Amino acid sequence: MIEVKGLRKSFGPIVAVDDVSFSVGQGDVLGFTGPNGAGKTTTMRMLSCFLRPDAGTATVAGYDIIDESVNVRRNLGYLAENVPAYNEMTATGFLKFVCDARGINGSKRRQAIERIAETCSITGVMHQLIGTLSKGYRRRVGLAQTLIHDPPVLVLDEPTDGLDPNQKFEVRKLIKNLAKERCIIVSTHILEEVDAICNRMIVMDRGGIRADSTPRELREEVGGSLDDIFLTLTTGETAGRSDAAKPEPADAREGGGQ
Amino acid sequence: MRGFLSVYKREIISYFSTPLAYVFLVIFLFFSHWLPFQRNFFELRTASMWLFFDGLPLLFIFLVPAMAMRLWAEERGSNSIELLFTLPITVPAAVLGKFFAAWTVLIIALALTCPMVLTVSYLGNPDWGPIVTGYLGSVLLAGAYLAIGSFFSSITRNQVIAFVLAVVGCAVFLYAGSPTVLGVLHRAFPMGVVEAVESLSFRGRFEDMQRGIVALRDLAFFVFLPAGWLAANIVVLRRR
Ligand SMILES: Nc1ncnc2c1ncn2[C@@H]1O[C@H](COP(=O)(O)OP(=O)(O)O)[C@@H](O)[C@H]1O
Ligand SMILES: [Mg+2]
Repeated sequence: MIEVKGLRKSFGPIVAVDDVSFSVGQGDVLGFTGPNGAGKTTTMRMLSCFLRPDAGTATVAGYDIIDESVNVRRNLGYLAENVPAYNEMTATGFLKFVCDARGINGSKRRQAIERIAETCSITGVMHQLIGTLSKGYRRRVGLAQTLIHDPPVLVLDEPTDGLDPNQKFEVRKLIKNLAKERCIIVSTHILEEVDAICNRMIVMDRGGIRADSTPRELREEVGGSLDDIFLTLTTGETAGRSDAAKPEPADAREGGGQ
Repeated sequence: MRGFLSVYKREIISYFSTPLAYVFLVIFLFFSHWLPFQRNFFELRTASMWLFFDGLPLLFIFLVPAMAMRLWAEERGSNSIELLFTLPITVPAAVLGKFFAAWTVLIIALALTCPMVLTVSYLGNPDWGPIVTGYLGSVLLAGAYLAIGSFFSSITRNQVIAFVLAVVGCAVFLYAGSPTVLGVLHRAFPMGVVEAVESLSFRGRFEDMQRGIVALRDLAFFVFLPAGWLAANIVVLRRR
Protein backbone atom coordinates (compact mmCIF):
# COMPACT_ATOMS: atom_id res chain seq x y z
CA MET A 1 0.00 0.00 0.00
CA ILE A 2 3.05 2.21 0.18
CA GLU A 3 5.48 2.20 -2.72
CA VAL A 4 8.48 4.48 -2.38
CA LYS A 5 10.59 5.07 -5.47
CA GLY A 6 13.88 6.95 -5.33
CA LEU A 7 12.87 9.62 -2.85
CA ARG A 8 15.42 12.33 -2.32
CA LYS A 9 15.36 15.52 -0.28
CA SER A 10 18.08 17.94 0.66
CA PHE A 11 18.12 21.03 2.83
CA GLY A 12 20.79 23.31 1.43
CA PRO A 13 24.00 21.31 1.55
CA ILE A 14 22.53 18.55 3.76
CA VAL A 15 21.20 15.56 1.89
CA ALA A 16 18.61 14.32 4.37
CA VAL A 17 17.14 11.52 2.25
CA ASP A 18 19.14 10.08 -0.61
CA ASP A 19 17.46 7.82 -3.15
CA VAL A 20 15.27 5.81 -0.79
CA SER A 21 13.02 3.06 -2.14
CA PHE A 22 10.95 0.47 -0.33
CA SER A 23 7.44 -0.88 -0.20
CA VAL A 24 5.04 -1.82 2.54
CA GLY A 25 1.97 -4.00 2.07
CA GLN A 26 -1.34 -4.41 3.80
CA GLY A 27 -0.99 -6.07 7.19
CA ASP A 28 2.62 -4.98 7.47
CA VAL A 29 4.00 -3.04 10.40
CA LEU A 30 7.27 -1.59 9.30
CA GLY A 31 9.77 -0.56 11.95
CA PHE A 32 11.66 2.42 10.60
CA THR A 33 14.87 2.68 12.56
CA GLY A 34 18.14 4.52 12.39
CA PRO A 35 20.17 6.96 14.45
CA ASN A 36 19.05 10.56 14.86
CA GLY A 37 19.51 12.54 11.68
CA ALA A 38 19.24 9.41 9.53
CA GLY A 39 16.38 10.92 7.54
CA LYS A 40 13.43 9.01 8.99
CA THR A 41 11.35 12.06 9.78
CA THR A 42 12.12 13.65 6.44
CA THR A 43 11.03 10.49 4.62
CA MET A 44 7.80 10.36 6.61
CA ARG A 45 7.13 14.03 5.97
CA MET A 46 7.38 13.38 2.26
CA LEU A 47 5.01 10.40 2.51
CA SER A 48 2.50 12.53 4.37
CA CYS A 49 2.77 15.26 1.70
CA PHE A 50 4.17 17.84 4.09
CA LEU A 51 7.48 18.05 2.25
CA ARG A 52 7.81 17.85 -1.49
CA PRO A 53 10.58 15.51 -2.63
CA ASP A 54 13.42 16.91 -4.75
CA ALA A 55 13.36 13.72 -6.80
CA GLY A 56 11.53 10.43 -6.86
CA THR A 57 8.00 9.84 -5.73
CA ALA A 58 5.83 7.44 -3.81
CA THR A 59 2.31 6.12 -3.85
CA VAL A 60 0.23 5.75 -0.73
CA ALA A 61 -2.97 3.67 -0.97
CA GLY A 62 -2.56 3.88 -4.73
CA TYR A 63 -2.29 7.66 -4.94
CA ASP A 64 0.78 9.61 -5.94
CA ILE A 65 2.13 11.85 -3.17
CA ILE A 66 2.88 14.68 -5.59
CA ASP A 67 0.00 14.61 -8.06
CA GLU A 68 -2.77 13.29 -5.83
CA SER A 69 -1.72 14.62 -2.49
CA VAL A 70 -5.22 15.37 -1.22
CA ASN A 71 -6.27 11.75 -1.81
CA VAL A 72 -3.12 10.54 -0.11
CA ARG A 73 -3.91 12.68 2.92
CA ARG A 74 -7.49 11.38 3.01
CA ASN A 75 -6.23 7.82 3.31
CA LEU A 76 -3.40 8.49 5.66
CA GLY A 77 -3.17 8.94 9.40
CA TYR A 78 0.01 10.79 10.23
CA LEU A 79 1.41 11.37 13.67
CA ALA A 80 4.22 13.88 13.36
CA GLU A 81 7.29 13.99 15.56
CA ASN A 82 6.64 16.14 18.66
CA VAL A 83 2.87 15.99 18.02
CA PRO A 84 2.00 19.38 16.61
CA ALA A 85 -1.46 20.62 17.66
CA TYR A 86 -3.29 23.86 18.38
CA ASN A 87 -2.45 24.60 21.99
CA GLU A 88 -5.22 27.14 22.48
CA MET A 89 -7.90 24.57 21.63
CA THR A 90 -9.48 21.94 23.82
CA ALA A 91 -9.02 18.32 22.80
CA THR A 92 -12.68 18.21 21.75
CA GLY A 93 -12.41 21.41 19.73
CA PHE A 94 -9.28 20.13 18.07
CA LEU A 95 -10.80 16.79 17.11
CA LYS A 96 -13.92 18.56 15.83
CA PHE A 97 -11.71 20.62 13.56
CA VAL A 98 -9.93 17.51 12.30
CA CYS A 99 -13.32 15.87 11.61
CA ASP A 100 -14.53 18.96 9.72
CA ALA A 101 -11.39 18.97 7.62
CA ARG A 102 -11.90 15.29 6.87
CA GLY A 103 -15.58 15.64 6.06
CA ILE A 104 -16.89 13.76 9.10
CA ASN A 105 -20.01 15.74 10.00
CA GLY A 106 -23.04 15.83 12.24
CA SER A 107 -23.85 12.79 14.33
CA LYS A 108 -21.02 10.84 12.64
CA ARG A 109 -18.63 13.39 14.04
CA ARG A 110 -19.94 13.01 17.57
CA GLN A 111 -19.74 9.25 17.34
CA ALA A 112 -16.25 9.33 15.85
CA ILE A 113 -15.00 11.58 18.65
CA GLU A 114 -16.62 9.48 21.36
CA ARG A 115 -15.21 6.29 19.89
CA ILE A 116 -11.69 7.64 19.46
CA ALA A 117 -11.64 9.23 22.92
CA GLU A 118 -12.38 5.79 24.29
CA THR A 119 -9.77 4.05 22.13
CA CYS A 120 -7.04 6.52 23.05
CA SER A 121 -8.14 6.85 26.72
CA ILE A 122 -8.53 10.62 26.62
CA THR A 123 -12.16 10.83 27.77
CA GLY A 124 -11.07 12.58 30.96
CA VAL A 125 -9.15 15.39 29.28
CA MET A 126 -11.46 16.21 26.41
CA HIS A 127 -12.29 19.65 27.76
CA GLN A 128 -8.77 20.59 28.71
CA LEU A 129 -6.67 22.94 26.58
CA ILE A 130 -4.13 20.95 24.60
CA GLY A 131 -1.38 23.33 25.67
CA THR A 132 -1.91 22.31 29.29
CA LEU A 133 -1.85 18.54 28.74
CA SER A 134 0.97 16.34 29.97
CA LYS A 135 3.22 14.83 27.33
CA GLY A 136 1.51 11.45 27.44
CA TYR A 137 -1.96 12.89 27.00
CA ARG A 138 -0.80 15.25 24.30
CA ARG A 139 0.56 12.28 22.39
CA ARG A 140 -2.71 10.40 22.84
CA VAL A 141 -4.68 13.35 21.52
CA GLY A 142 -2.26 13.31 18.59
CA LEU A 143 -2.96 9.63 18.09
CA ALA A 144 -6.69 10.32 18.24
CA GLN A 145 -6.23 12.89 15.47
CA THR A 146 -4.26 10.31 13.48
CA LEU A 147 -6.85 7.56 13.82
CA ILE A 148 -10.16 9.41 13.83
CA HIS A 149 -10.98 8.75 10.17
CA ASP A 150 -10.00 5.09 10.41
CA PRO A 151 -7.31 5.37 7.72
CA PRO A 152 -5.95 2.35 5.86
CA VAL A 153 -2.39 3.67 6.06
CA LEU A 154 -0.65 4.95 9.18
CA VAL A 155 2.64 6.78 9.44
CA LEU A 156 3.72 7.25 13.03
CA ASP A 157 6.88 9.19 13.83
CA GLU A 158 8.23 8.03 17.16
CA PRO A 159 4.80 7.42 18.69
CA THR A 160 6.21 6.26 22.03
CA ASP A 161 8.92 8.87 22.41
CA GLY A 162 8.89 10.46 25.87
CA LEU A 163 6.15 8.22 27.26
CA ASP A 164 6.42 6.31 30.52
CA PRO A 165 6.67 2.50 30.34
CA ASN A 166 2.94 1.97 30.90
CA GLN A 167 2.02 4.43 28.21
CA LYS A 168 4.53 2.85 25.85
CA PHE A 169 2.92 -0.50 26.46
CA GLU A 170 -0.53 0.96 25.77
CA VAL A 171 0.53 2.59 22.52
CA ARG A 172 2.24 -0.58 21.32
CA LYS A 173 -0.86 -2.59 22.11
CA LEU A 174 -2.94 -0.08 20.18
CA ILE A 175 -0.66 -0.28 17.14
CA LYS A 176 -0.73 -4.07 17.24
CA ASN A 177 -4.51 -4.07 17.32
CA LEU A 178 -4.64 -1.74 14.36
CA ALA A 179 -2.21 -3.75 12.28
CA LYS A 180 -4.42 -6.40 10.67
CA GLU A 181 -6.24 -4.50 7.96
CA ARG A 182 -3.77 -1.71 7.63
CA CYS A 183 -0.34 -0.73 6.54
CA ILE A 184 1.71 0.94 9.22
CA ILE A 185 5.12 2.60 9.34
CA VAL A 186 6.49 3.29 12.83
CA SER A 187 9.74 5.08 13.32
CA THR A 188 11.60 4.44 16.51
CA HIS A 189 15.05 4.01 17.84
CA ILE A 190 13.96 1.62 20.51
CA LEU A 191 14.76 -1.75 19.02
CA GLU A 192 12.76 -3.83 21.45
CA GLU A 193 9.77 -1.97 20.11
CA VAL A 194 10.56 -3.25 16.64
CA ASP A 195 10.69 -6.75 18.07
CA ALA A 196 7.42 -6.26 19.88
CA ILE A 197 5.23 -4.87 17.11
CA CYS A 198 6.89 -5.00 13.70
CA ASN A 199 7.05 -7.74 11.10
CA ARG A 200 9.33 -5.67 8.88
CA MET A 201 12.37 -3.58 9.65
CA ILE A 202 14.31 -0.95 7.77
CA VAL A 203 17.55 0.49 9.08
CA MET A 204 18.36 3.93 7.75
CA ASP A 205 21.56 5.87 8.14
CA ARG A 206 22.78 9.15 6.67
CA GLY A 207 19.89 9.36 4.26
CA GLY A 208 20.13 5.87 2.84
CA ILE A 209 18.69 2.45 3.59
CA ARG A 210 21.21 0.06 5.16
CA ALA A 211 18.92 -2.91 5.62
CA ASP A 212 15.39 -3.82 4.55
CA SER A 213 14.30 -7.12 6.00
CA THR A 214 12.48 -8.64 8.95
CA PRO A 215 13.75 -8.54 12.52
CA ARG A 216 14.19 -12.33 12.47
CA GLU A 217 16.06 -12.52 9.20
CA LEU A 218 18.33 -9.70 10.22
CA ARG A 219 19.21 -11.58 13.34
CA GLU A 220 20.00 -14.69 11.37
CA GLU A 221 22.01 -12.93 8.68
CA VAL A 222 24.06 -10.54 10.72
CA GLY A 223 23.98 -12.35 14.01
CA GLY A 224 23.71 -10.97 17.53
CA SER A 225 20.93 -8.90 19.01
CA LEU A 226 19.09 -6.16 17.16
CA ASP A 227 21.21 -3.62 19.02
CA ASP A 228 24.36 -5.19 17.65
CA ILE A 229 22.95 -5.31 14.15
CA PHE A 230 21.97 -1.68 14.42
CA LEU A 231 25.46 -0.71 15.51
CA THR A 232 27.09 -2.73 12.75
CA LEU A 233 24.87 -1.27 10.06
CA THR A 234 25.04 2.34 11.12
CA THR A 235 28.65 2.69 12.26
CA GLY A 236 30.40 -0.13 10.47
CA GLU A 237 31.71 -1.56 13.74
CA THR A 238 31.19 -5.21 14.44
CA ALA A 239 29.93 -4.77 17.95
CA GLY A 240 28.69 -8.27 18.68
CA ARG A 241 31.98 -10.04 18.35
CA SER A 242 34.34 -7.33 19.51
CA ASP A 243 32.45 -6.71 22.74
CA ALA A 244 35.14 -8.39 24.78
CA ALA A 245 37.90 -6.39 23.15
CA LYS A 246 36.19 -3.08 23.50
CA PRO A 247 36.41 -1.27 26.80
CA GLU A 248 33.06 0.60 26.55
CA PRO A 249 30.68 -1.37 24.40
CA ALA A 250 27.70 0.01 26.24
CA ASP A 251 28.69 3.58 25.42
CA ALA A 252 29.32 2.75 21.83
CA ARG A 253 25.91 1.19 21.66
CA GLU A 254 24.42 4.24 23.28
CA GLY A 255 26.03 6.45 20.64
CA GLY A 256 24.68 4.35 17.81
CA GLY A 257 21.21 4.39 19.24
CA GLN A 258 21.02 8.11 19.82
CA MET B 1 -14.59 24.20 0.01
CA ARG B 2 -14.62 21.81 2.94
CA GLY B 3 -11.01 22.67 3.70
CA PHE B 4 -11.75 26.39 3.46
CA LEU B 5 -14.76 26.16 5.79
CA SER B 6 -12.98 24.04 8.37
CA VAL B 7 -10.03 26.44 8.52
CA TYR B 8 -12.33 29.47 8.57
CA LYS B 9 -14.37 28.03 11.42
CA ARG B 10 -11.33 27.00 13.43
CA GLU B 11 -9.84 30.47 13.11
CA ILE B 12 -13.04 32.25 14.11
CA ILE B 13 -13.39 29.98 17.14
CA SER B 14 -9.78 30.61 18.03
CA TYR B 15 -10.21 34.42 17.78
CA PHE B 16 -13.22 34.45 20.05
CA SER B 17 -12.23 31.72 22.50
CA THR B 18 -8.99 33.54 23.32
CA PRO B 19 -8.69 37.22 24.33
CA LEU B 20 -7.33 38.01 20.87
CA ALA B 21 -10.51 39.28 19.20
CA TYR B 22 -11.71 41.14 22.30
CA VAL B 23 -8.44 42.95 22.88
CA PHE B 24 -8.32 43.86 19.23
CA LEU B 25 -11.90 45.13 19.18
CA VAL B 26 -11.48 47.23 22.31
CA ILE B 27 -8.26 48.82 21.11
CA PHE B 28 -9.67 49.46 17.68
CA LEU B 29 -12.89 50.99 19.01
CA PHE B 30 -10.99 53.17 21.42
CA PHE B 31 -8.57 54.60 18.89
CA SER B 32 -11.03 54.86 16.02
CA HIS B 33 -13.24 57.05 18.21
CA TRP B 34 -10.51 58.85 20.06
CA LEU B 35 -8.72 60.06 16.93
CA PRO B 36 -11.67 62.02 15.45
CA PHE B 37 -12.53 63.58 18.81
CA GLN B 38 -8.90 64.46 19.24
CA ARG B 39 -9.17 66.34 15.99
CA ASN B 40 -12.17 68.41 17.08
CA PHE B 41 -14.99 66.34 15.73
CA PHE B 42 -17.57 68.66 17.29
CA GLU B 43 -15.96 71.90 16.25
CA LEU B 44 -16.07 70.85 12.64
CA ARG B 45 -19.79 71.57 12.96
CA THR B 46 -20.75 69.30 10.12
CA ALA B 47 -22.55 66.05 10.62
CA SER B 48 -20.09 63.86 8.76
CA MET B 49 -17.91 60.84 9.37
CA TRP B 50 -15.05 62.41 7.49
CA LEU B 51 -12.68 62.64 10.44
CA PHE B 52 -13.44 59.08 11.45
CA PHE B 53 -12.59 57.64 8.04
CA ASP B 54 -9.61 59.91 7.66
CA GLY B 55 -7.87 58.37 10.66
CA LEU B 56 -8.43 54.76 9.62
CA PRO B 57 -5.61 54.23 7.09
CA LEU B 58 -3.03 55.17 9.71
CA LEU B 59 -4.71 53.24 12.51
CA PHE B 60 -4.99 50.17 10.31
CA ILE B 61 -1.28 50.34 9.50
CA PHE B 62 -0.59 49.17 13.05
CA LEU B 63 -3.69 47.23 13.96
CA VAL B 64 -4.11 45.10 10.84
CA PRO B 65 -0.51 43.80 10.83
CA ALA B 66 -0.99 43.03 14.53
CA MET B 67 -3.93 40.91 13.50
CA ALA B 68 -2.15 39.36 10.54
CA MET B 69 1.21 38.59 12.07
CA ARG B 70 0.08 35.41 13.76
CA LEU B 71 -1.68 33.95 10.72
CA TRP B 72 1.23 31.87 9.42
CA ALA B 73 4.20 32.74 11.61
CA GLU B 74 2.45 31.14 14.57
CA GLU B 75 1.64 27.98 12.60
CA ARG B 76 5.27 27.77 11.61
CA GLY B 77 6.63 28.57 15.04
CA SER B 78 4.55 25.91 16.78
CA ASN B 79 4.86 23.56 13.80
CA SER B 80 1.09 23.10 13.71
CA ILE B 81 1.55 23.84 10.02
CA GLU B 82 2.72 20.24 9.70
CA LEU B 83 -0.61 19.11 11.08
CA LEU B 84 -2.59 21.52 8.92
CA PHE B 85 -1.00 20.50 5.65
CA THR B 86 -1.11 16.78 6.32
CA LEU B 87 -4.88 17.04 6.64
CA PRO B 88 -6.68 17.00 3.29
CA ILE B 89 -6.65 20.80 3.07
CA THR B 90 -5.10 22.52 0.08
CA VAL B 91 -2.83 25.53 0.47
CA PRO B 92 -5.23 27.98 -1.24
CA ALA B 93 -8.09 26.76 0.98
CA ALA B 94 -6.03 27.32 4.12
CA VAL B 95 -4.73 30.73 3.02
CA LEU B 96 -8.21 31.94 2.10
CA GLY B 97 -9.79 30.42 5.21
CA LYS B 98 -7.41 32.28 7.45
CA PHE B 99 -7.63 35.47 5.43
CA PHE B 100 -11.42 35.59 5.45
CA ALA B 101 -11.59 34.73 9.16
CA ALA B 102 -9.30 37.63 10.05
CA TRP B 103 -11.16 39.89 7.64
CA THR B 104 -14.41 38.91 9.34
CA VAL B 105 -13.03 40.11 12.66
CA LEU B 106 -11.97 43.40 11.04
CA ILE B 107 -15.42 43.81 9.51
CA ILE B 108 -17.01 43.15 12.90
CA ALA B 109 -14.73 45.83 14.32
CA LEU B 110 -15.91 48.29 11.69
CA ALA B 111 -19.53 47.31 12.24
CA LEU B 112 -19.15 48.04 15.94
CA THR B 113 -18.41 51.68 15.12
CA CYS B 114 -22.10 52.15 14.22
CA PRO B 115 -22.74 54.28 17.35
CA MET B 116 -20.61 56.85 15.59
CA VAL B 117 -23.02 56.80 12.67
CA LEU B 118 -25.96 57.12 15.05
CA THR B 119 -24.29 60.08 16.76
CA VAL B 120 -23.71 61.82 13.46
CA SER B 121 -27.27 61.27 12.31
CA TYR B 122 -28.55 62.50 15.67
CA LEU B 123 -26.42 65.64 15.56
CA GLY B 124 -27.37 66.64 12.09
CA ASN B 125 -28.48 65.54 8.72
CA PRO B 126 -25.57 63.64 7.26
CA ASP B 127 -25.00 62.85 3.62
CA TRP B 128 -25.41 59.08 3.62
CA GLY B 129 -23.56 58.42 0.37
CA PRO B 130 -20.05 59.14 1.67
CA ILE B 131 -20.77 57.21 4.87
CA VAL B 132 -21.71 54.08 2.97
CA THR B 133 -18.84 54.34 0.51
CA GLY B 134 -16.50 55.29 3.36
CA TYR B 135 -17.34 52.03 5.10
CA LEU B 136 -16.96 50.12 1.85
CA GLY B 137 -13.55 51.71 1.37
CA SER B 138 -12.57 50.87 4.95
CA VAL B 139 -13.52 47.23 4.54
CA LEU B 140 -11.55 47.01 1.29
CA LEU B 141 -8.57 48.83 2.76
CA ALA B 142 -8.54 46.48 5.75
CA GLY B 143 -8.60 43.52 3.36
CA ALA B 144 -5.71 44.91 1.35
CA TYR B 145 -3.60 45.48 4.47
CA LEU B 146 -4.53 42.04 5.72
CA ALA B 147 -3.37 40.35 2.53
CA ILE B 148 -0.03 42.14 2.81
CA GLY B 149 0.24 41.09 6.45
CA SER B 150 -0.70 37.50 5.66
CA PHE B 151 2.05 37.30 3.07
CA PHE B 152 4.73 38.64 5.41
CA SER B 153 3.52 36.30 8.11
CA SER B 154 4.15 33.36 5.81
CA ILE B 155 7.80 34.11 5.14
CA THR B 156 8.94 33.89 8.76
CA ARG B 157 8.29 31.93 11.91
CA ASN B 158 8.90 35.04 14.00
CA GLN B 159 5.76 37.08 14.62
CA VAL B 160 7.65 40.27 15.48
CA ILE B 161 9.47 40.19 12.15
CA ALA B 162 6.17 39.49 10.40
CA PHE B 163 4.60 42.50 12.14
CA VAL B 164 7.41 44.91 11.30
CA LEU B 165 7.60 43.87 7.65
CA ALA B 166 3.83 44.13 7.31
CA VAL B 167 3.76 47.63 8.82
CA VAL B 168 6.46 48.73 6.40
CA GLY B 169 4.69 47.02 3.49
CA CYS B 170 1.37 48.67 4.30
CA ALA B 171 3.01 52.05 4.83
CA VAL B 172 4.68 51.85 1.44
CA PHE B 173 1.36 51.22 -0.25
CA LEU B 174 -0.35 53.96 1.71
CA TYR B 175 2.23 56.71 1.43
CA ALA B 176 3.33 55.99 -2.13
CA GLY B 177 0.53 58.29 -3.17
CA SER B 178 1.24 61.16 -0.79
CA PRO B 179 2.15 64.49 -2.38
CA THR B 180 5.56 64.51 -0.65
CA VAL B 181 6.60 61.15 -2.06
CA LEU B 182 5.25 61.92 -5.49
CA GLY B 183 7.04 65.28 -5.42
CA VAL B 184 10.36 63.61 -4.70
CA LEU B 185 9.78 60.96 -7.35
CA HIS B 186 8.83 63.62 -9.85
CA ARG B 187 12.27 65.16 -9.65
CA ALA B 188 14.10 61.91 -10.35
CA PHE B 189 11.83 59.82 -12.56
CA PRO B 190 9.76 60.31 -15.71
CA MET B 191 6.08 61.02 -15.38
CA GLY B 192 5.14 57.42 -16.21
CA VAL B 193 6.89 56.09 -13.13
CA VAL B 194 5.30 58.72 -10.91
CA GLU B 195 1.88 57.85 -12.24
CA ALA B 196 2.49 54.14 -11.83
CA VAL B 197 3.47 54.64 -8.20
CA GLU B 198 0.48 56.85 -7.60
CA SER B 199 -1.84 54.28 -9.13
CA LEU B 200 -0.50 51.59 -6.78
CA SER B 201 -1.27 53.68 -3.74
CA PHE B 202 -4.21 53.14 -1.43
CA ARG B 203 -4.43 56.76 -0.52
CA GLY B 204 -6.13 58.45 -3.45
CA ARG B 205 -8.55 55.58 -3.90
CA PHE B 206 -9.55 55.57 -0.27
CA GLU B 207 -9.99 59.33 -0.25
CA ASP B 208 -12.25 59.12 -3.29
CA MET B 209 -14.42 56.58 -1.51
CA GLN B 210 -14.50 58.80 1.55
CA ARG B 211 -15.95 61.49 -0.67
CA GLY B 212 -18.57 59.14 -2.02
CA ILE B 213 -16.90 58.30 -5.32
CA VAL B 214 -16.67 54.62 -6.17
CA ALA B 215 -14.93 53.95 -9.44
CA LEU B 216 -14.91 50.49 -10.94
CA ARG B 217 -11.14 50.58 -11.35
CA ASP B 218 -10.75 51.33 -7.63
CA LEU B 219 -12.88 48.33 -6.77
CA ALA B 220 -10.88 46.21 -9.19
CA PHE B 221 -7.69 47.46 -7.57
CA PHE B 222 -8.88 46.45 -4.12
CA VAL B 223 -9.73 42.99 -5.43
CA PHE B 224 -6.64 42.32 -7.51
CA LEU B 225 -4.02 43.78 -5.20
CA PRO B 226 -4.96 41.56 -2.21
CA ALA B 227 -5.42 38.64 -4.59
CA GLY B 228 -1.85 39.17 -5.76
CA TRP B 229 -0.46 39.19 -2.23
CA LEU B 230 -2.46 36.10 -1.33
CA ALA B 231 -1.23 34.35 -4.46
CA ALA B 232 2.34 35.12 -3.36
CA ASN B 233 1.40 33.82 0.07
CA ILE B 234 0.24 30.55 -1.52
CA VAL B 235 3.43 30.25 -3.55
CA VAL B 236 5.55 30.71 -0.42
CA LEU B 237 3.63 28.06 1.50
CA ARG B 238 3.76 25.59 -1.37
CA ARG B 239 7.54 25.69 -1.37
CA ARG B 240 8.14 23.23 1.43
N1 LIG C 1 13.76 21.66 7.87
C1 LIG C 1 15.06 21.29 7.85
N2 LIG C 1 16.01 22.18 7.52
C2 LIG C 1 17.30 21.82 7.48
N3 LIG C 1 17.77 20.60 7.75
C3 LIG C 1 16.87 19.66 8.10
C4 LIG C 1 15.47 19.95 8.17
N4 LIG C 1 14.83 18.83 8.53
C5 LIG C 1 15.78 17.87 8.67
N5 LIG C 1 17.00 18.38 8.42
C6 LIG C 1 18.26 17.61 8.46
O1 LIG C 1 18.07 16.43 7.73
C7 LIG C 1 18.70 15.34 8.36
C8 LIG C 1 17.70 14.24 8.61
O2 LIG C 1 16.81 14.64 9.63
P1 LIG C 1 15.57 13.79 10.10
O3 LIG C 1 14.80 13.37 8.90
O4 LIG C 1 14.84 14.61 11.11
O5 LIG C 1 16.24 12.54 10.78
P2 LIG C 1 15.65 11.50 11.83
O6 LIG C 1 14.18 11.68 11.91
O7 LIG C 1 16.05 10.17 11.29
O8 LIG C 1 16.31 11.77 13.14
C9 LIG C 1 19.35 15.89 9.62
O9 LIG C 1 20.70 16.14 9.35
C10 LIG C 1 18.61 17.18 9.85
O10 LIG C 1 19.46 18.10 10.50
MG1 LIG D 1 13.00 12.07 13.58
